[in-house]
Amino acid sequence: IFSRGITDEAWDELEEALIAADVGVEATTELVEGLRERARAEGIRTGDEALGLLKEVLRLELGVADRTLSRREDGPSVWLVTGVNGTGKTTSIGKLAARHVREDEQVVLAAADTFRAAAADQLERWGEAVGARVVRAAEGADPASVAFDGHASARAAGADLLLVDTAGRLQNKKELMAELGKVKRVLDREAGQCDEVLLVLDATVGQNGLQQARAFMAAVEVSGVVLTKLDGTARGGIVIAIQRELGLPVKLVGLGEGVDDLAPFDPDAFVEALFAEVAQDVTLGEDEA
Amino acid sequence: MFNALSDRLEAVLGGLKSRGKLTEEQVDATLREIRLALLEADVNFKVVKTFVARVRERAVGTEVSGALNPGQQVTKIVHEELVRILGEQSAPLDLGSASPAVIMLAGLQGSGKTTAAGKLAAQLKKKGRTPLLAACDLQRPAAVDQLKVLGERAGVAVHAPEAGGDPSADPVAVARSSIDEARRLGAGVVIVDTAGRTNVDDAMMQQASDIREAVEPAETLFVIDAMIGQEAVTVAKAFQEAVDFTGVILSKLDGDARGGAALSVAEVTGRPIKFASVGEKLEEFEAFHPDRMAGRILGM
Ligand SMILES: Nc1nc2c(ncn2[C@@H]2O[C@H](COP(=O)(O)OP(=O)(O)OP(=O)(O)O)[C@@H](O)[C@H]2O)c(=O)[nH]1
Ligand SMILES: Nc1nc2c(ncn2[C@@H]2O[C@H](COP(=O)(O)OP(=O)(O)OP(=O)(O)O)[C@@H](O)[C@H]2O)c(=O)[nH]1
Ligand SMILES: [K+]
Ligand SMILES: [Mg+2]
Ligand SMILES: [Mg+2]
Repeated sequence: IFSRGITDEAWDELEEALIAADVGVEATTELVEGLRERARAEGIRTGDEALGLLKEVLRLELGVADRTLSRREDGPSVWLVTGVNGTGKTTSIGKLAARHVREDEQVVLAAADTFRAAAADQLERWGEAVGARVVRAAEGADPASVAFDGHASARAAGADLLLVDTAGRLQNKKELMAELGKVKRVLDREAGQCDEVLLVLDATVGQNGLQQARAFMAAVEVSGVVLTKLDGTARGGIVIAIQRELGLPVKLVGLGEGVDDLAPFDPDAFVEALFAEVAQDVTLGEDEA
Repeated sequence: MFNALSDRLEAVLGGLKSRGKLTEEQVDATLREIRLALLEADVNFKVVKTFVARVRERAVGTEVSGALNPGQQVTKIVHEELVRILGEQSAPLDLGSASPAVIMLAGLQGSGKTTAAGKLAAQLKKKGRTPLLAACDLQRPAAVDQLKVLGERAGVAVHAPEAGGDPSADPVAVARSSIDEARRLGAGVVIVDTAGRTNVDDAMMQQASDIREAVEPAETLFVIDAMIGQEAVTVAKAFQEAVDFTGVILSKLDGDARGGAALSVAEVTGRPIKFASVGEKLEEFEAFHPDRMAGRILGM
């Protein structure tokens, strides 16, 4: 049945769709092999059915995770925001702050990026725009001490939420990763434990995204991913490999540069977008049986 | 030179030396591994396809040179072909004869444009030129402040709209007035920083095109993150269409990404990659080396 049903070209096309979405060779091969077996066992006959099954598998894989952002009652909740350079950390903090200010929470932002030119100014503009106070220090100051001050200030003010912005750092830079570890340790000590450690990933990233997740996970026990820039043409498929290997869920997505362009991760929409081009081609729908 | 990839090749080909011409079987076995290496390096899958087909055509029937085994022989051809696409030699900045000469930067959000603007300014100043930085990103919060800090560090003047980062100001007008400002200051080069934009944001892509038209750059440089994946092709084509860039800056090469985007972009746009950005500091900026990049992409 199988050999007469779905052509090798159809399987290749499914594989290509996954590769084109940056899912990566390894995860793609595993997924498609698993799918071929199931297709054989379940008597799947058309490319359309195979695509449907693949979507279902992915939705299940991505769908089970807990995506809530942890909070605490005994003091400000602490969310530490990390990632490589330019992914959208500061912007995502601005958007998150706006959301919680709107819910009548008191939000404090700590500018623990003391390195990049005008990083604290950027955070301050966001703070002004959304109504959140910003704790900052001089350029070059110790990021861990800014985080400490931010927490002290948030606690003293009885704030509900502290968002800590950190400098972008490439995960292969040992010293910078160690510096980030120190920021987390200070916050853990002050708060009991960081409530969330978010890794901000750029949806355009390729296979390096997996290395990023591994390294940040090892350095600061990341609890969730923010997948930004999904408003572009990239689909961010590497998060599938990240979820499979590290069990790290995407919690939020960035959909633009504006204050409202942040949304909870929606596995269904994500999976549909992964195959948007395949669906348009509909070459997979051919049944040659 | 041949390691990670060559280990894999040895596993499939047995590493035996052989005389005579490369057979189809030998070439195909090698190219299967090369294909994987390229995909793992984030080279766009369509680019991989045409690349592998081209190498296959060239390799089958080639005489295996004495010192190499068949896998090494194919890899050598692959390497040469990569270097050819990546541009043989590093291409220098070509500022032409107009004064002021304009360099415009464009690219996706967060790719490294503003940092590269500062780096170019510092480098040109070191060479005895007088650059002026033009702040035409009026969108990202504090983008103007960022450029001003970099200008200060490089010892280069910055032209910005009055209000600093007034989003109602028009970037095209700021770009245009930077030319007058350069004449007034006697600056021979204007470096125009622009806002990040996604390739599907038509209004913003049009704005980039309008800025280019307003300042007629000698060099329009497309800045792309070395960590980018498969979308590099779509993105690069869209920017080529909008601003017809003359060269590429590959940023964040100090990371551990294999950087297959370099190949994707060079192949589909035919534009030379001129610079590698290799750090956050102003001096961490170098000429792009096709040969090194080819080895990096192959994981050698
Ligand atoms: N299109 C789009 N752009 C985004 C999104 N999130 C952030 N950006 C843009 O991406 C660029 C970088 O964002 P930042 O928030 O400064 O990134 P960052 O991670 O803080 O950068 P560094 O601190 O320099 O490492 C800015 O131009 C943002 O406006 C998004 O979801 N979509
Ligand atoms: N490690 C490293 N970081 C870089 C490099 N180039 C830029 N960056 C960092 O990447 C981040 C983004 O750089 P920017 O120059 O602000 O990028 P941009 O393209 O101007 O960003 P937008 O204006 O928001 O679109 C910053 O944290 C920079 O310090 C590089 O070559 N290596
Ligand atoms: K998208
Ligand atoms: Mg930032
Ligand atoms: Mg910029």
